[in-house]
Amino acid sequence: MKRIAGILTIVALTVLVAYTMFAPRSAPPSHMTELRARMKQKPPPTVDHALFPQLQGPFERPQDVAGTCISCHNHRHTEVMQSNHWNWEREEYIVGRGVVYIGKKNAMNNFCIGAMGNEQSCAKCHIGFGMDDEGFSYTDATNIDCLICHDQTDTYAKASEAGGAPEPSLDLGIIARSVGRPDRDNCGVCHFYGGGGNNVKHGDLDEAMFATTRDVDVHMGADGMDMTCIDCHVTENHNIAGKLYSLSSMNRNRATCEPCHTELPHEDEILNEHTLKVACQTCHIPVYAKVNATKTHWNWSTAGKLEDGQPYHVEDENGNHTYLSIKGSFTWGTNLEPEYQWFNGTASHYLLGDTVPAGSDLIVLNELHGSYADEDSKIIPVKVHRAVQPFDPGTRMLIMPRLYAEAVGDSAFWKDFDWVKAAEAGMGHAGLPFSGDYEFIKTEMNWPVNHMVATKENTVQCTECHTREDGRLAKLTDFYLPGRDYSPLVENGGVALLLLSFLGVLIHAGVRIGASRRRKNGGAR
Amino acid sequence: MITKTVYIYRAFERFWHWTQALLIMFLALTGFEIHGSIEFFGFEAAVTYHNVAAYALIILIVFAIFWHLTTGEWRQYIPSLTHVRTYMNYYVFGIFRDEPHPTRKSVLSKLNPLQKLTYFGLKVLIIPGMLISGLFYIFYRYPQKHGIEALNIESLEIIAIIHTAGAFLLLAFLIVHLYLMTTGETVFSNLRAMLTGYEQLHEEEEDQGINIQVISEADEEEKA
Repeated sequence: MKRIAGILTIVALTVLVAYTMFAPRSAPPSHMTELRARMKQKPPPTVDHALFPQLQGPFERPQDVAGTCISCHNHRHTEVMQSNHWNWEREEYIVGRGVVYIGKKNAMNNFCIGAMGNEQSCAKCHIGFGMDDEGFSYTDATNIDCLICHDQTDTYAKASEAGGAPEPSLDLGIIARSVGRPDRDNCGVCHFYGGGGNNVKHGDLDEAMFATTRDVDVHMGADGMDMTCIDCHVTENHNIAGKLYSLSSMNRNRATCEPCHTELPHEDEILNEHTLKVACQTCHIPVYAKVNATKTHWNWSTAGKLEDGQPYHVEDENGNHTYLSIKGSFTWGTNLEPEYQWFNGTASHYLLGDTVPAGSDLIVLNELHGSYADEDSKIIPVKVHRAVQPFDPGTRMLIMPRLYAEAVGDSAFWKDFDWVKAAEAGMGHAGLPFSGDYEFIKTEMNWPVNHMVATKENTVQCTECHTREDGRLAKLTDFYLPGRDYSPLVENGGVALLLLSFLGVLIHAGVRIGASRRRKNGGAR
Repeated sequence: MITKTVYIYRAFERFWHWTQALLIMFLALTGFEIHGSIEFFGFEAAVTYHNVAAYALIILIVFAIFWHLTTGEWRQYIPSLTHVRTYMNYYVFGIFRDEPHPTRKSVLSKLNPLQKLTYFGLKVLIIPGMLISGLFYIFYRYPQKHGIEALNIESLEIIAIIHTAGAFLLLAFLIVHLYLMTTGETVFSNLRAMLTGYEQLHEEEEDQGINIQVISEADEEEKA
């Protein structure tokens, strides 16, 4: 028997030792090396546009350039004209609402509120020419602005308040002969400036990313892979993967990490498990607005104050506007920690003309759908932009004011500073009623954070979420998070049990020692 | 009183006891770190260590079950309610009067009635409960990954709460166990026995296990 026990002991020990030596072995090596090699290969241009006689110019009008492009690329314009970059709307299905067309045409935001009625100015970021508030020809292919996306001289620029036309001083011929695959400058020139200034809207798309380092964005850093937008936003036939839920509603055509990084990218199995419920961005984008500030609050209710009859502005120490007579007061932030929400890839939107039920004092302009119980949902990081904006208490609609006009007296708020006139003109332009009364209501907009991915070393650490107090996920309470959650009954009962056990033992030991001493003394007597 | 040195805890038994003791204390340390109660190794390390120690404990338990079955030692843990009251009286009164244990420890009956009850509960309820909830804790989302929908679990909450409750019970057991260790023949006799395997036990012609009568008679003789 003793021998059997001895043998068993040795066997058990061997197994234990063997296990601890070999068990925590890592998964097969990642394919990052392969990915890096693939991303290093930048496809060389297949033609040199500089040599084409058609492009020798000179070009009088930007439309002449577009016509020349189409004369060779005689199908591309149909692709572009199906894109939302051109149409400023998409066909979307929203649960409970049905099929709707959503885009800059009819969506409201809580920055400059909306494009409608302000097209002349907003068209600076439309890929077309000739847009004004009288309407726009969505069927005229020569209005396509090919150069804004394909210019490789980095000199092409659109003029302000010109309906999308380029700066008149530009030599369009030089630019037309430079065309090539879009790079970060082409996308950034609009997308970094959403909301009327650098990094205002997104917070994770900043002009600093024209030329940046891995610390700001691990993909775009010039000291790393120096990737361009379309490396991830893969584009086929002018259909660009990826869109933001400020304007889209359906779970389709998303640019995701998985095509490159796979669904199980970590060596650690437990980290891989997280990917079922946690989006990559949640851990890999710990902060956004890393270089320049982004707007976090916009208060329209203070707009319209004048000094000596003139509009004025106030700047903070970093040069960010904190007050503009035309727009109101702002709060800015840098190195911001995102908020977190469950998201299943679908969203619903407040659209121009929607009425808000009585009693609601907060409108979420784009609600992201999702919950722990929903199998398709993952936790994503979100920049929440909060605002106070004009609202019609009579019709219970958000007001789409007329903001821009060329001159005073045309009802535009930015010239006349009169909310009633601006609301009347704006809502009238949209064919919507205005009661004549206005107030201000709180709104929120959710901007999922997808860029400014951190280096491996700077990702979110376990205890930033798995912690009792003030973790990153403190607001997501519809599930059990180890390290954060506990059953108060078990916790208090358990602690009480431990204390009682300890106390019981102490008392018992005390009485035992006491009794033993008494006996000894008694014995000595 | 006549005593003799008896080899009461065999090598495997001692190895099992001490390895299990270390593993459970280590699991408590790492487990309560994961739970958010303490900070020691760091969360990520605590999770890794906890899982490795859990697998080690499972292997140990498999060997222990095998040993108990093949040696017949499992019979030691069959609980019985006889003498439970006597024993409770002993711990509440007798022990302070330096009375001897109401039952005799012997190779064939190492556990007193209260120990039998406690260890039976431990082996049948707490340890299996911890093991099963722990395995669910580790694997609860893997079924989904591998497509076995029937095993899919909606929420970790109930698993985690059961596992935590078990951990508190084990810790309470540990506190009381460590104290009761000192209530042997002498303060260190139990500890020495579990370390060396040998213990001074009362000599008897036959191992009868429970023999209150004899003890009280012997007591009276001594007093006389």
